[in-house]
Amino acid sequence: MIAVWIILGIVVILLAIIVGAYNGLVGFRNQVKNAWAQIDVQLKRRHDLIPNLVESVKGYAKHERETFEMVTKARNLAQQASSAGAAERGKLEGELSMALGRLLAVAEAYPELKANQNFLALQEELTSTENKISFSRQFYNDSVLKFNNKIQMFPSNIIAGMFNFKTGEFFETTAPEEREAPKVSFT
Amino acid sequence: MLVAVIAVLLLLVGYFLGLYFFESGTGGLVIAFIVWAFMSLIAIFQGDSILLALAKAKKIGPDDAPRLFNVVEEMKIASGLEKMPDIYIIDDPALNAFATGRNPDKASVAITSGLLERLNRDELQGVIGHEISHIQNRDVLLMSICGVMLGTIVILSWYASRVFMYGALSSSTGGRRSSSRDSGGGAAQVVILVVGLILMILAPILAQLIYYAISRKREYLADASSALYTRYPEGLASALEKIGASSQQLKSANQATAPMYIINPLHKEGISASDLTSTHPPISERVRILRSMAGGAALNDYENAYRQVHSGKQGILSKAAVAGVGAVGIRQASLSEPGEIAAVSEKSARTREVSDMMLRLNKYRTVDCECGARWKIPPGFRDESIICTRCGRKIKV
Repeated sequence: MIAVWIILGIVVILLAIIVGAYNGLVGFRNQVKNAWAQIDVQLKRRHDLIPNLVESVKGYAKHERETFEMVTKARNLAQQASSAGAAERGKLEGELSMALGRLLAVAEAYPELKANQNFLALQEELTSTENKISFSRQFYNDSVLKFNNKIQMFPSNIIAGMFNFKTGEFFETTAPEEREAPKVSFT
Repeated sequence: MLVAVIAVLLLLVGYFLGLYFFESGTGGLVIAFIVWAFMSLIAIFQGDSILLALAKAKKIGPDDAPRLFNVVEEMKIASGLEKMPDIYIIDDPALNAFATGRNPDKASVAITSGLLERLNRDELQGVIGHEISHIQNRDVLLMSICGVMLGTIVILSWYASRVFMYGALSSSTGGRRSSSRDSGGGAAQVVILVVGLILMILAPILAQLIYYAISRKREYLADASSALYTRYPEGLASALEKIGASSQQLKSANQATAPMYIINPLHKEGISASDLTSTHPPISERVRILRSMAGGAALNDYENAYRQVHSGKQGILSKAAVAGVGAVGIRQASLSEPGEIAAVSEKSARTREVSDMMLRLNKYRTVDCECGARWKIPPGFRDESIICTRCGRKIKV
């Protein structure tokens, strides 16, 4: 009689472990999806901010047409690629960041522009959006790492195999200079 | 874990006092539980609004203080918090910040206007990261629970000591307890008496020391988490330095709210804050650990830096926090203007920005004169016009 209870107990414990591990995996997978959606939100926000920024700089720096065109073109390219894969988007967003850096560096040379409240507010929004993109990418990559760890490490890898969980992809931007301050000299 | 030690102490106190006073250990435990439950209810219903009202904090929206709001939002994303916390500004020149919120969904972050003025963006990010990590790591909840347990131990021991003394005084006039004292083994009674006495005296002291040790440990974890979220430990390090160098006291802090501030608001000038009854570790030590994190910004980099600063093998973060962590790089400083003059002008621009913000929050109106001067009118002002002292013109309000 006791033997039956023991076996029953073991089965229950095993079931509990499997359920727990499965739920954990699902939780991590959802976190990865959520984190990706977050990046999307921030990228879209940047796309929406840029036309305002270009307009406000244009008012003071009419002769910098090249820079404006470059920024607008990069922004349109990046916006159109919204449904492309991570690698493609990473590349285009990286190029947009570089173009923006050029635009802001150019704006440094116009003191009336720097004193303009509207421009300052936009610059703050832009800096913040760049940071948010960076942090949401960071959080996404951290989530992917945790998820992949769970999938590949023992003992949850058994359950991951049973229910067919796939590892996630890291989101790298191919422009490592993205966060570097662009140094422009006017000598 | 230390929390378990306080819990065990509480159970021991309850059990032994019950044994001593009414020969029933479980009876003692029940009474301890009732007191604990009562105090927990009080703690739960106290609410954050009282705390914030005590600190005279004003809630802000995204348009009132865009830089602060953006920084909090950035840290919310970096830490994975689900809901944006409420943001408050405390109108005080002292430099401090705190976080409240028993669960991450109903959290608040508060910062003084003095601190908002003095920090640049990276430093502000570090401080807010530290506060957000208190919310994310549920430190407010943890310290409330420990506080309640500590309070229960203190109350039980205090009452026990009162009853004991009263019993000791009255038993000399003819023991009402003499009957129970004679029955049963005398040795067992003495042991219970001695253990009970020791517990009564030592438990409150021990529990308090443990409470402060837990608070300090969570502060280290919050510093480490902030470095991890921002990927820039130098930001928090230089913010802490600025705060430590300032000597102004925060007017509205007391012992109950002290653990949630970023530095100990009750620190006095010239007194080393490294004694065992401090809720926060010493600032210089925190700065040194953060600055030794050259290898990366992960939690085990903080652990290594802590070991290095204390030249020992003992770490400070729990094993669970440090296990299974990948390599995390440190980012560069944000874009900022180089040069001494630019730094000064940035500082005065920030000061002006924050004081304008505070005046707006306090419902001051702004009126411009033709000569370029800008006048701020207090809310209760009744006159119809003012004289501009710069040029002498009369301006309608």
